[in-house]
Amino acid sequence: MSPVPAPSDLPVELRTEALESILIEKGLVDPAVLDKFIKTYAEDVGPLNGARVVAKAWTDPDYKARLMEDGTAAIAELGYKGPQGECIVVLENTPTLHHLVVCTLCSCYPWPVLGLPPGWYKDPAYRSRAVREPRALLAEFGLELGPDVEIKVYDSSSEVRYMVLPERPAGTENLSEEELVPLITREAMTGVAKAKSPA
Amino acid sequence: MSSSLLQLDIEGPAAPPRSNGELVFAAPWESRAFGLAMALHDGGLFEWEAFRQELIKGVALAEAAGGEFSYYRCWLEALQGLLATEGLVDLAAVDDRTAELACRPPGHDHRHHDHGHDHAGRH
Repeated sequence: MSPVPAPSDLPVELRTEALESILIEKGLVDPAVLDKFIKTYAEDVGPLNGARVVAKAWTDPDYKARLMEDGTAAIAELGYKGPQGECIVVLENTPTLHHLVVCTLCSCYPWPVLGLPPGWYKDPAYRSRAVREPRALLAEFGLELGPDVEIKVYDSSSEVRYMVLPERPAGTENLSEEELVPLITREAMTGVAKAKSPA
Repeated sequence: MSSSLLQLDIEGPAAPPRSNGELVFAAPWESRAFGLAMALHDGGLFEWEAFRQELIKGVALAEAAGGEFSYYRCWLEALQGLLATEGLVDLAAVDDRTAELACRPPGHDHRHHDHGHDHAGRH
């Protein structure tokens, strides 16, 4: 028999499993509710929701006006609401103004429209450099912005979560709302990229 | 869980959101840790802001400590810390259970597929 390792040295997946089993035994967590949350966020809630919001804003000026006025309410019109979406503010990019979203403290993120944050958003380097040197950071993401483009960085918090409304790409004038959706990525709605150009 | 499968919203012609980006969970345990916090909050056992403050502290500590950063490790630590503070879970009991689980024979979860945990369905 090898010596029993200290609990802190045991794999984190075992610790998670141990905590889950205790919480279920105590009746503090309903396994069906647990599985539903995991399934919802792993499979159903994702940046496709946000892409539909953006595509509608690009094609429906009245909707865009409502979105800029009250992001949370306009997003809820499409059925997207829930935790971490209580106050969503939409930031519109223009040819001379680019918005970048970060959460410097942890990883606040508008779940109902973008799903859970990706790895790079939670990374310490992203969280510090977005504020300190956004232009260099964006260049590393492959987004070179000219000196005439102002960059504004917004720090999401538990009170306000930001989502970027990217510019509608050139050459998409004849595309329908549904055809525009695939051009709108999570990266574009966080401000580390522009919307894709049509193939 | 077949009922939730039936409720899955697959309306619209576009691909499911997972094809729109990388996987949000790097390993099944991350999704379990995430789901536990959501389910506990949903059950009214703590305020989300209380959890968030624990998470902020944990993230700051992990960054100060250096080494490889694991967001969901911070998440799990924050959750355990809050549960202990609220008197909901005794962390010594979690230690004991973790050690018990570690004593299972290797490969245990590949031999029985009917024992309740579903490996979180990642592919």
